[in-house]
Amino acid sequence: MTITGRAVALRGEDIDTDRIMPARFLRAVSFDGLEAHVFEDDRLAGAAAGDRHPFDDPARAGASVLLVNRNFGCGSSREHAPQALARWGVRAIVGESFAEIFFSNATALGVPCVAVGPGDAQALMSEVERDPAATVSVDLEAMIVRAGGCEAACRMPPAARRAFLAGTWDATALLTADLDAVRAAAARLPYIAGFPAPRG
Amino acid sequence: MGATLLRKVWDLHTVRRLPTGQTQLLIGLHLVHEVTSPQAFDMLRLRGQRVAFPDRTFATVDHIVPTDGQPRPFADDMAEQMMAALERNCREFGVPLFGLDSGDQGIVHVIGPELGLTQPGMTIACGDSHTSTHGAFGAVAFGIGTSQVRDVLASQCLAMDPLNVRRINVGGVLDRGVYAKDVILAIIRALGVQGGVGFAYEYAGPVVERMTMDERMTLCNMSIEGGARAGYVNPDATTLAYLKGRRFAPAGEDFERAAAWWRSIASDADAAYDDEVRVDGSGLRPMVTWGTNPGQSAAVDERVPRPADAADGDRAAVADALAYMGLEAGAPIAGTKVDVAFIGSCTNGRLSDLQEAARVVRGRRVAAHVRGLVVPGSKRVREAAEREGLHEVFREAGFEWRQAGCSMCLAMNPDRLEGRDLCASSSNRNFKGRQGSPAGRTLLMSPAMVAAAAVAGEVTDVRRLLPQEGA
Repeated sequence: MTITGRAVALRGEDIDTDRIMPARFLRAVSFDGLEAHVFEDDRLAGAAAGDRHPFDDPARAGASVLLVNRNFGCGSSREHAPQALARWGVRAIVGESFAEIFFSNATALGVPCVAVGPGDAQALMSEVERDPAATVSVDLEAMIVRAGGCEAACRMPPAARRAFLAGTWDATALLTADLDAVRAAAARLPYIAGFPAPRG
Repeated sequence: MGATLLRKVWDLHTVRRLPTGQTQLLIGLHLVHEVTSPQAFDMLRLRGQRVAFPDRTFATVDHIVPTDGQPRPFADDMAEQMMAALERNCREFGVPLFGLDSGDQGIVHVIGPELGLTQPGMTIACGDSHTSTHGAFGAVAFGIGTSQVRDVLASQCLAMDPLNVRRINVGGVLDRGVYAKDVILAIIRALGVQGGVGFAYEYAGPVVERMTMDERMTLCNMSIEGGARAGYVNPDATTLAYLKGRRFAPAGEDFERAAAWWRSIASDADAAYDDEVRVDGSGLRPMVTWGTNPGQSAAVDERVPRPADAADGDRAAVADALAYMGLEAGAPIAGTKVDVAFIGSCTNGRLSDLQEAARVVRGRRVAAHVRGLVVPGSKRVREAAEREGLHEVFREAGFEWRQAGCSMCLAMNPDRLEGRDLCASSSNRNFKGRQGSPAGRTLLMSPAMVAAAAVAGEVTDVRRLLPQEGA
């Protein structure tokens, strides 16, 4: 499985999910239309300061790979954040590291998050910033990210990688495959089956 | 070699190993709220699925409820739609709902423990990152996103990678005026906001053993702010005493049996840990954040850092945070003028939090330029506080006394900052824009420190204002 396309680089450490999707847009009963508000506060602040946000750069429209730094997606568990990114067009995220819940949410949506070293993140971002037309590929078989002339080894927890390669990143089917086994496991739990009598 | 609580609970709840290598982990208690669940219920409908274990699933409403009065329909049409969707989903799928008229409504992480739903040895999931709170009882509890909420609704299970365990041993004795909030802020400062990724934090040591359940909940609540999806405290006599008599806790002889089992799932004395950290509790002082993540904090008598003094990799982040916060590098954090004081949230909206804040406030007035809000974490907390007359203490001082909800911790209801308001807040996140104004600023601190800031009109050391012991 390889995701290929143009990329957008978003620099900064510890970008939290409130940044990605401000809470006021969570006042909704569906995920529809969230892509219009991704990074909205940063984009507005940037525009006001004459500092264009990468997501407002026309050259980045249609990009499918997002490049980030350390601990991307920390904070709130809101799936609205990766939903908005995916609906905006992001199909893979390459960064130094990811917050755990964000990683799980993105995986459940079929958006792989792969980690590269800080030096490689810098090199990939520079390449993409220099040439907006550069094609970036995220190869989950070889675990290599390529951008223009730049190539970097990437990492991902083995289970998530296997799920992407097998096409089983949506776990519902796996988890509901044997509900009898789930009921049997539940029936073994002391707080469901009854607490054991003390020994002796 | 013994086992950790995490290991014991994990093994007990393992249904099977999935082809991906992950564990199919059974979730003993699934808590649901109005923000992260509507899409999950819709996905079930679309797939023609039912809730697999409606009797292990409980819902309430907290994020979007107004706190200045809660008549239906809500003035905010979208809030009303979300409330109505939750009611419809719970009815249709057979999930019990602690709604506004139940007397049990409140922040999901306050009412779970309050009702005795949260118990040691359980796995607990909720579409909310602060689910780590429930670890205070020796449960393995973590936040999930909406697709995973769907998975738990459909199967009562999650596909999970195992977590490592870092034991954080807090020794010594806390000074008066130093609380669980200060302990966790100090831990996050030391280990970083990403330090806990891949770990569950096991909080232990004399300071934690002496903590009440409310304090342990504050500690575990902010595990996620340190990157740890779960945090827990081993169950002990304090845990058992809290649970006894709660509505959903076992009763009578069953309680004694449960208690024996609960104690048995605590980490063994010879358990091996993936990492161990020691913190000297005696050296801690009241903490205040100065930046835009919960790791950027200082003791109240310290100074705001200078970017030049930060480590290479942090310099830009420190400079960016100070620019946003409008704080002067190198200036003392004490004396920073505040516009709003917020006491509440799943971190610090419990009865003991309100009691500590009231001790500071009693007989004093909120500074003229400060807007003060006290928002109980649940209806029951509110009632208990009113029985003690705390609402009068707060009102007489000039605080607004509100209904239960998430309120100003996040911007999903009418309670929010305006413009560049600077808020002394007992909540858990000081992210940019978190409290509802895109330019709003948050200083995290304990409820007592917020109370002190409210009356002083600026950040101040609460130890100055607390009554002397025994006085």
